[in-house]
Amino acid sequence: MGLFNRLKAGLQKTRSNLLGRLGELFSRSQFDDDFYDELEEILIGADVGVETTLEVVEKLRTQVKAAKVTEAAQVMEILKKQLLELLGNERKPIELAAEKPTVILVLGVNGVGKTTTIGKLASLFQAQGKKVMLAAGDTFRAAAIEQLEIWASRSKSELVKHQQGADPSAVLFDGVNAAMARGCDILLCDTAGRLHNKTNLMEELKKVLRVIGKALPGAPHEILLVLDATTGQNALAQARVFNEVAPLTGVVLTKLDGTAKGGIVIAVARELKVPVKYIGVGEGIEDLQPFDPAAYVDGLLAQE
Amino acid sequence: MIFESLSSKLQATFKRLRGKGKLTEKDVSAALREVRLALLEADVNFKVVKDFVSKVKERALGSDVLASLTPGQMVIKIVNEELTKLMGEKAAKLNQASQPPTVIMMVGLQGAGKTTSAAKLANLLKKKHHTPLLVAADIYRPAAIKQLQVLGEQLAVPVFQMGQQDPVQTVRAALEHAKKTQHDYVIIDTAGRLHVDEELMDELARMESAVQPQEILLVVDAMTGQDAVNVAQSFKDRLGLTGVVLTKLDGDTRGGAALSVRAVTGAPIKFAATGEKIDAFETFHPDRMASRILGMGDVLSLIEKAEATFDEEKARELEQKMRSQQFTLEDFLEQMQQLKKMGPLNQLMEMMPGMGGMGKKLKGMNVDEKQFARTEAIIKSMTKKERLNPAIINSSRRKRIAAGSGTSVQDVNSLLKQFSTMQKMIKQLSKLEKGKFKGRGKFPFM
Ligand SMILES: Nc1nc2c(ncn2[C@@H]2O[C@H](COP(=O)(O)OP(=O)(O)O)[C@@H](O)[C@H]2O)c(=O)[nH]1
Ligand SMILES: [Mg+2]
Repeated sequence: MGLFNRLKAGLQKTRSNLLGRLGELFSRSQFDDDFYDELEEILIGADVGVETTLEVVEKLRTQVKAAKVTEAAQVMEILKKQLLELLGNERKPIELAAEKPTVILVLGVNGVGKTTTIGKLASLFQAQGKKVMLAAGDTFRAAAIEQLEIWASRSKSELVKHQQGADPSAVLFDGVNAAMARGCDILLCDTAGRLHNKTNLMEELKKVLRVIGKALPGAPHEILLVLDATTGQNALAQARVFNEVAPLTGVVLTKLDGTAKGGIVIAVARELKVPVKYIGVGEGIEDLQPFDPAAYVDGLLAQE
Repeated sequence: MIFESLSSKLQATFKRLRGKGKLTEKDVSAALREVRLALLEADVNFKVVKDFVSKVKERALGSDVLASLTPGQMVIKIVNEELTKLMGEKAAKLNQASQPPTVIMMVGLQGAGKTTSAAKLANLLKKKHHTPLLVAADIYRPAAIKQLQVLGEQLAVPVFQMGQQDPVQTVRAALEHAKKTQHDYVIIDTAGRLHVDEELMDELARMESAVQPQEILLVVDAMTGQDAVNVAQSFKDRLGLTGVVLTKLDGDTRGGAALSVRAVTGAPIKFAATGEKIDAFETFHPDRMASRILGMGDVLSLIEKAEATFDEEKARELEQKMRSQQFTLEDFLEQMQQLKKMGPLNQLMEMMPGMGGMGKKLKGMNVDEKQFARTEAIIKSMTKKERLNPAIINSSRRKRIAAGSGTSVQDVNSLLKQFSTMQKMIKQLSKLEKGKFKGRGKFPFM
């Protein structure tokens, strides 16, 4: 079962009902080294990462000892509380700017699902009765503009585009102006995938930010980093570098419909305090969900 | 680059081991604990790590090995051997059909890089005077067909497509078409799909039986985490995987997924994709990758890469200069011209042993067009004397050079600094050269 399905099921499940490995683990009567070793494996296996995992497990060990906890259910509670502390307890949806348009810039490395997420977000806002515009800021990848065009028509949004190879800043500058002129509520800006270690592409991003800010002071109002749940520890490096260049307001975690758990978002939240706002759970236009930290932690710990 | 931090970790561990006289069981455990953490941090799947570590431990504790080697050597040798075994020992070639065309299917998760890799592979084959046909069988992702068509046009490689029709029909028709039009390779770009999507996995299986490909290449993002084993296992279960393409290796991921996928599928990693440019695609060298994990660096790969780009004579000249360490700013300019063809400098540096850190220092030194033009202008504004002996360039000379080249004194300063870093690198390289690249796969102390 994919994490998403577990996620859906997660909340209904009672603690004692947790199946499989973790259930077994927590049915033990002894919280010894083996117990913590195995818990370590579960977290590392979910891509939470060595450093964060060791910290979490160590803290759990101390707390369990100090509070003289003997009940498995209580240990589980402490663990969940800890993970939620790192992730942030609350849902953090996108907030609209006081004055329209709200400009949302979507960033990430290649192939993580930026364009698809934009299509899904557009549809979400459209359903709320908002007027949405998309700007085709990926002028690099072959047929990236055509791809966004299809999402624009699927979500009944307006589209601003230039030719392939055009300056992305120019496209997004036009996008902001067009969104203002046509009274759009929301402008979603697509960008080309870029590996965070490519200095020239990160420089390009700085220019994009400057130009958007020039067209509309205060914009972009949201800067979302798209992370692929399949990605391992590198996602943390991505988040770090992108956050340095463009202060992130949120993360979208995609491809949670597979078997990957995307645990690296815990490390990202722990270090950068950037909240996860949405999760991607498929390729369809409806396959976007607001991120629910508690349900996510439940899903993460419910191993099959 | 990948494995960079992993190899520096391992190096640190082994340095500690080497410093000691004898290796106790406790030492082995302590060392392997660090190996374990380093591998986990590099995203190698935890089960694969567990297997690996226990295999090494088992062997390391065998007394017959202990007898003939020093303790440090023993552990390094075993880790190296096991890692090499796990990665696959030799570079693997593409399978050939006995009767052309050879059919190659690219499969994998969404966003792994199948379409780009298909085009890059077509480009590689075309350069070797083959006549590939690209087939667009991704009928799901918006504008996926268009993407392949644009790439095909850029390469002047024809693209076969039948719109959003059943891809099984499309590939069958494509094969017929290729036979008629005498293409010797058929490269099929399939839609990205999740390994748990029964319906779409079944579609792949039907495509396989329709065209009986010689190659089914699983395209894997080098940044993949722990889930790599599940993905690889599912694709292996449903299809006759013949190889793996590892993509996005130009990132700074440590790429442990390579080990995981190898361990699960047993299929060789055949190609490495190292950039967005169409020619950033090369044969994967597993043995060298293993020595890279161990901090051996990949000098061989570097040399091969350099040789392919440098022409013979220039290479000989440069080698001479490196030996004598008479490396001037003029050579530097020429060097940059060559490097521009070879790709980012820091990427090359990471492949050389002991140069991981140096690569970081040179990060700001990516040879981009603008910077290159500036460098060229600065060097051209120097007198012959200055080019041969930059030590004489004092502050008034710097001002003159800056004015002459339309740059700033800072630009001149930073170039001179880069040059001196480069000189240091050349020195290291020539030291290595003396140590001999030829003794490949061996540590000097082994
Ligand atoms: N299964 C799944 N696939 C996704 C999800 N989001 C995006 N994708 C797929 O991932 C691939 C890359 O997406 P795209 O939006 O083009 O990525 P971009 O390069 O970041 O813009 C496409 O095949 C998408 O259909 C998701 O949440 N789940
Ligand atoms: Mg895109």
